[in-house]
Amino acid sequence: MFDQFDPADDKMVQVIDNNGKVISKELMPKLSDEEILKLYKDMLFVRTLDQMIVSYQRQGRVYTYPPNYGQEAIGVAAGAVLRHEDWLVPAFRELGAWLAKGVTMREVFMFNMGFEEGTKFAGANHMLPSSVPIASQLLHASGIGYAINYQKKDEVVMAFVGDGGTSEGDFHEALNFAGVWKAPVIFVVQNNQYAISVPVKMQTASVNMAIKSKAYGINGIKVDGNDIFAMLTVFRYAHDYVRTEKQPVLIEAVTYRKGAHTTSDDPTKYRTTDEEKEWDLKDPLRRMKLFLEKKELWSDDKEKKLVDEYEKEIDRQFIETEQTVQYPLEDAIRFTYAEMPQDLRDQQIEHEKFLQWKNARK
Amino acid sequence: MKAMNIVSAVNDALDIKLTEDKSVVVYGEDVGYEGGVFRVTEGLQKKHGVERVFDSPLAESGIAGTAVGMAAAGLRPVIEMQFCGFIYPAFNQIISHVARLHNRSRGRYRMPIVIRLPYGGGINALEHHSESMEAIFAHIPGLKVVVPSTPHDAKGLLISAIESDDPVLFLEPKRIYRAIKQEVSEEKFSVPIGKAKVLSEGTDVTVVAYGAMIREVQKAMVMAKEAGYSVELIDLRTIYPLDKETIAASVKKTGRIVFVGEEPRSFGVGSEIMAVANEEAFLHLEAPPKRVSAFDVIVPYPRGEHHYMITPDKIFYEIERTIKF
Repeated sequence: MFDQFDPADDKMVQVIDNNGKVISKELMPKLSDEEILKLYKDMLFVRTLDQMIVSYQRQGRVYTYPPNYGQEAIGVAAGAVLRHEDWLVPAFRELGAWLAKGVTMREVFMFNMGFEEGTKFAGANHMLPSSVPIASQLLHASGIGYAINYQKKDEVVMAFVGDGGTSEGDFHEALNFAGVWKAPVIFVVQNNQYAISVPVKMQTASVNMAIKSKAYGINGIKVDGNDIFAMLTVFRYAHDYVRTEKQPVLIEAVTYRKGAHTTSDDPTKYRTTDEEKEWDLKDPLRRMKLFLEKKELWSDDKEKKLVDEYEKEIDRQFIETEQTVQYPLEDAIRFTYAEMPQDLRDQQIEHEKFLQWKNARK
Repeated sequence: MKAMNIVSAVNDALDIKLTEDKSVVVYGEDVGYEGGVFRVTEGLQKKHGVERVFDSPLAESGIAGTAVGMAAAGLRPVIEMQFCGFIYPAFNQIISHVARLHNRSRGRYRMPIVIRLPYGGGINALEHHSESMEAIFAHIPGLKVVVPSTPHDAKGLLISAIESDDPVLFLEPKRIYRAIKQEVSEEKFSVPIGKAKVLSEGTDVTVVAYGAMIREVQKAMVMAKEAGYSVELIDLRTIYPLDKETIAASVKKTGRIVFVGEEPRSFGVGSEIMAVANEEAFLHLEAPPKRVSAFDVIVPYPRGEHHYMITPDKIFYEIERTIKF
């Protein structure tokens, strides 16, 4: 597959077109109707959850949030291939993969409400917290890959970064280390065309992102990130390759961030409506829905009913989270060290004396 | 017991931990085959294998960043930055992740990483080979910072550092790597992190120092003794967490304190020592607390370094001024 879609030829893996028509049957992943529907429902859930968090933010109930809108296929396809024992090293825009690993809605809400507890991901086996410094997390993936080989385990690491992240030194160091160490890592670049306001052509002179793999002696492949079947086919292939060959892979998923960078951003300042309309036709849910309708697996009625259910459950859990979260003083202090220094303990005690004084004045 | 210098003591500690704990791996630039540019890891790859003691690509951020991943996956990496002054590309990984992943994951992922740093001046080296950056790391929440001054402490502290579930910056005073020989036990032993040591008891003044400066203070103390002064010398051994109790108890006894460090003076370890003296022993002070530190300048190239380095006579001069105040 890597030869067939050599990034030097700027080829891209695609299975369905913008109208949901299968254009390369041989690349269609083997899936039952039930599995196909689950992929769609998972994307629909991510989109619903994502949009509701944005609306909670507008209501002042969560802080800054980076929407997934338009990129749902990549995270959901990743989630479909990651096993319990595989590692997920996230960036911050692959919600489908998070949920598949076992991250709860409560944690997603808490993270965006401003609680570190929301990035513990206690129920998500082998998943690191979200990393803010761009691309720095990729080196963690290479290190985990080294540990997997060293411990002779059958595990795979999947690590995410955006197109802007490919300009960071850590991106290149991570690919280089993983290549030298033969670390079982799938590096995924979500090329959503913008790093906040900076278009991808200002990030690199490379013909595409996947070609950067060649400098590190590893394989790379470019995929239509808005085509969930193409994503799934490539992820399955890469997962198998990385496991058996013990070699890292670089996957470029071409997509479009339909929403803002975060809720603090206004994309109308740096992109045109013509461009947005063009990408609307490539929307991953739209395309898959057209595919499903051709197969008579889906309808507007079914969709409306399901979205209603999702919204009710999301809102119920959001309200429950709002009503039960707490941030006691000790939580701001006690996780800094595994073994807390006495001086830090003393700082807390000193502050508690002040709080006692303050409360006594009331 | 065996005669060891700091190089062989560090090597011995690594050898002991590599032998008893399969989760320990040692890597960095030139660390494997060659055994490091200072030969600190010499022979370890041959004994423990290329998967456990190895050369990494030449990238400091990569070395620190991959250690974060290894630690998350259950290993205990001991990484080397070839010189303390080469660590700058790794700052993001150390400050953003090594120091924080435990907090960010609410204790789910511990970061038992040791970062070995040959540090300090006085070796006639190129630029970026002589820095003393302990204060920068001591200021970062989530890190612990250790500086041995003897072969015994180098071995015992490194064993503690490798066994610590918190990340430890382990600064090795390269100027005295081979300058001191000491009889050190070949058995496993540890020196606790966070405990200073009173090296000499005295009554007139407390001198606080660490690392390569201990030997310079001891030379100054010969002059002080001849002049009839009784100096109490404290070797910090750990910069963070700071052993305030030992410092405060000593200052309460002597009423005077002089800090000696080869770091730039402002906002340094010495500044923190001054704060401890004032906050914990204010009413016992009979003279202003004094810092004997380097200038707030970049370490000069070798021909100018003698202007920068702290010398025994300078230390004696300030000890006497403080006592006579």
